[in-house]
Amino acid sequence: MIDRREFLRRGGVSAAALAVMSARPGQLHAGPVPEAASLARFQEGASKELLMVALDATKGAGASYADARIGRYRQNFVVTREQQIINVVDTDTLGCGVRVLVDGCWGFAGTRLLTRDAIVGAAREATAIAKANRIARDRPVELAAAPAVPNGVWKGAFKTDPLEVPLEQKVDLLLKANAEALKVKGVRFVNSVLFFVKQDRLFANTDGTLTDQVFVRSWPMFTATAVAPDFSDFQSRQGVEAAPMGRGWEYVLDCDLVGNARRWGEEAAQKLTARPVEVGKYDLVLDPSNLWLTIHESIGHPTELDRALGYEANYAGTSFVAPPQSKLGSFRYGPEIMNIQGDRSQEGALSTIGWDDDGVVPDDFMIIKNGVVNDYQTTREQAPWLKWWYDRQGVPTRSHGCAYADNWGSVSFQRMPNVSLLPGAREQGFDDLIAATDRGIAIIGDGSFSIDQQRYNAQFGGQVYYEIKGGKIAGMLKDVAYQIRTPDFWNSMDMIGGKRSYRLNGSFFDGKGQPGQSNAVSHGCVPSRFRNVSVINTGRKG
Amino acid sequence: MSAQRTLAATARYLGRGECEALARRVLGFSAADETRVTVNSGNTGNTRFAVNQISTGGDSYNATVGVRVVVGRKVASAATNRLDDESLRRTVETAIHIAKLTPDDAELLPELGPQQYQESRAWFDSTASLDPADRAAAVRSISDPARAAGLTSTGFLEIGAGSQCIANSRGLFAWARQSQLSFTTTVRTPDGTGSGWAGADEHDWTRVDPAALGARAIGKARRSMNPVAVEPGRYTVILEATAVANLVQGLSRAMSARNADEGRSFFSRQGGGNKVGMKVVDERVTLVSDPFDPACPGDAFDGDGLPARKTTWIENGVMKNLAYDRWWAQKQGREPSSTAGTLRMLGGDASMDDLIASTERGILVTRFWYIRPVDQRTILSTGLTRDGTFLIENGKVTRPIKNFRYNESPVFMLNNLEAMGRPVRVSATESGGPGTAIIVPPIKVRDFSFTSLSDAV
Repeated sequence: MIDRREFLRRGGVSAAALAVMSARPGQLHAGPVPEAASLARFQEGASKELLMVALDATKGAGASYADARIGRYRQNFVVTREQQIINVVDTDTLGCGVRVLVDGCWGFAGTRLLTRDAIVGAAREATAIAKANRIARDRPVELAAAPAVPNGVWKGAFKTDPLEVPLEQKVDLLLKANAEALKVKGVRFVNSVLFFVKQDRLFANTDGTLTDQVFVRSWPMFTATAVAPDFSDFQSRQGVEAAPMGRGWEYVLDCDLVGNARRWGEEAAQKLTARPVEVGKYDLVLDPSNLWLTIHESIGHPTELDRALGYEANYAGTSFVAPPQSKLGSFRYGPEIMNIQGDRSQEGALSTIGWDDDGVVPDDFMIIKNGVVNDYQTTREQAPWLKWWYDRQGVPTRSHGCAYADNWGSVSFQRMPNVSLLPGAREQGFDDLIAATDRGIAIIGDGSFSIDQQRYNAQFGGQVYYEIKGGKIAGMLKDVAYQIRTPDFWNSMDMIGGKRSYRLNGSFFDGKGQPGQSNAVSHGCVPSRFRNVSVINTGRKG
Repeated sequence: MSAQRTLAATARYLGRGECEALARRVLGFSAADETRVTVNSGNTGNTRFAVNQISTGGDSYNATVGVRVVVGRKVASAATNRLDDESLRRTVETAIHIAKLTPDDAELLPELGPQQYQESRAWFDSTASLDPADRAAAVRSISDPARAAGLTSTGFLEIGAGSQCIANSRGLFAWARQSQLSFTTTVRTPDGTGSGWAGADEHDWTRVDPAALGARAIGKARRSMNPVAVEPGRYTVILEATAVANLVQGLSRAMSARNADEGRSFFSRQGGGNKVGMKVVDERVTLVSDPFDPACPGDAFDGDGLPARKTTWIENGVMKNLAYDRWWAQKQGREPSSTAGTLRMLGGDASMDDLIASTERGILVTRFWYIRPVDQRTILSTGLTRDGTFLIENGKVTRPIKNFRYNESPVFMLNNLEAMGRPVRVSATESGGPGTAIIVPPIKVRDFSFTSLSDAV
């Protein structure tokens, strides 16, 4: 589930306000900017000592395994429209979560108070909950082995911490970009947002792992809206090519919002007079800025192992890639040229991390190999469920490092790593694919999206659509959406781009679980062509 | 379900007096031209189950103080969950610091002065006192019969109980408390061909019958086994109340007066202005928000401290009101809206059986899923049927059918209205957690557009 549109729909302002005002611990509640002293305590020895206090308290209470996380989670939003500021919000929250395993049952508790007493209290509460849960558990939890990391330190791929950048620079950048788009005839409204996240994370477990990690995520958002003079139509263009990324302020500057804003505005205005698409079957040439979301929904989610085994049935649903016994090594997802990798290692990607929330070094693994299902996304709890498969492959049973909790007060569970379509052997790009296509539609940017609860039937829109005739662009279309049945769609892929055309896009708000938690994940891919895909016209009048 | 117990044991929130004292402290720390303090406190609890077993659960308490300051014409906000003087003072200083760096707010309005409020009707001890043991018992009244029937139940029960307060430097003070819960379950057949859902969203736990919820989901799961494919196309549909709420919520979210007046909404009038006063849907449709409706209560005030009041959006098919924030209302010479986000659609008196019996060929829909906007010009959205979709032939439900993707607008749907049943309160969030308090009828509609088939169960 992607919640990004929820944020956009609320115009950023109220979502930010809601986040700040949320009374639910473990979500986005805020604290004051800590003083230097408390920050130092977070980063230095004292917090590590507190983690040890937590682990010792759980051992005394009968836990066979425990981990503790102390995290500081900060956000900064700057929201504008046209030539004015709508809102500036800072949130900051700090606390500790303790998770324990007693007789094969999980327990979890969190506290915002970083004192010895509070942390011992949380450890005992977690242990008590685990014991209470024993009556309702048939299969005890067993964890796959993971080597201890006694003193791991990791920093994300950012040069300039966006939280240290003066507010004036952020405001200036957005208002300049807005002004560029507003110069375009017909563009009457612009909304833009800068959204930053920073997470400082300390983790320790009873296997002897102790890690200290920090990363930032940055997301510039931009929407230009053009309105017909007689109010008979309006069209928007979102600058989705400026993707969210696990990078800093330097990345925001690289996105060149000011330089791109004029074009985004022009395309919004152009959409007012674009030709409505004729319903039918077309060959689609999808830019990475569109295809990433299709990968996310139709490959990323159905290959989550907990989901495939029914644990998300009441919310996000189950998966058509199930049961694993009948899919691994045999189910043809797509053609030979289709290779899908899971990883948390691509530099600057949203899910990239040194160690996951089980204390595991994530590995790069092939979810789909030469078109056939090869693996699922796993945690330490889940990897043993596929031991039969790993034994058959002659590889060790290990977690792929996909455990993640979105806050100190949230329990970790399996979340999506970066899931990417690897480039093809032949060096070719978007324009080459268009040149090779006789009748089709080229789509840039992600738009509307929806997929069923087993990930078979999906519908995707885009930002801009171009008709392809005889290998050439023949004008802009509007009101386009493509409908797919997942395996049919991927099996229709017959051309993919090479290394030089590989791009990362991603989701800042990927929701899963009850209560919901938000993950951020990137998807790398190359431009790709799909044959004979069903296209509908979404511009109904009645 | 839950035994009588002392509230102090479970319900934790800041009372009126505590909030007043806290707000006074914060306002005392502020040297800004204007200051607004919001205090939200309370506890939440949840119990999750999967494969007929409780999988996770937890309880938590939090209190958050938000500070919004105005310095000249500059505005900023900051918040904390630490309530000691030092933290509160620092939060005020942070907000003032950010405000001074911010450009002037061209749409700044002064804070409201003191207001009169009606007593909120959104608090129920039955919900606030529901503890983890009660929740576990409620889960078992679904999972036990599911297990006994050889089915797999999953689900989620979440409660929240707390208080909200707003105070400002012009003497406004508002305080209210609210409780709410949601309980949803999905039951699947072991062969994976049948799935049934049931859910409830209430402020008062005594209105929830967990065993009846379980029975509904179990019945749907069994009846939906081995669905057959029916061609997509335009059909007469009978939408259960949850499915109606899934779509009607999209209509209410699109009612921004500003977007309409700016020409970027379904409610924009061609040539300029908006559609207030125009007939937009069938004349039997009336849509209201009443924060003091005992069956679907809302907050007593909005985020600015404006007293909530009843608003009629659509009356007999005619657009009566759009949603005005304070700035746009002043600019347009209108009253600002303050509706606390509840929704009630008036209905008819047909029973579900009547709706089915009057249908020669049609489709019965339990609920919709993964609903996302497609075209804002018509409020057209897409999504899929889920957890109980059936064919109606000659006045009878004859067989389960495969799920459909729809592309449809609530505006078109409410123009194609055939009949309405009795309104009921439903759970209609995507996440399964508490959401908008919403009461709608089941409806029968012609020419509903299903655009493709889904193999998903």
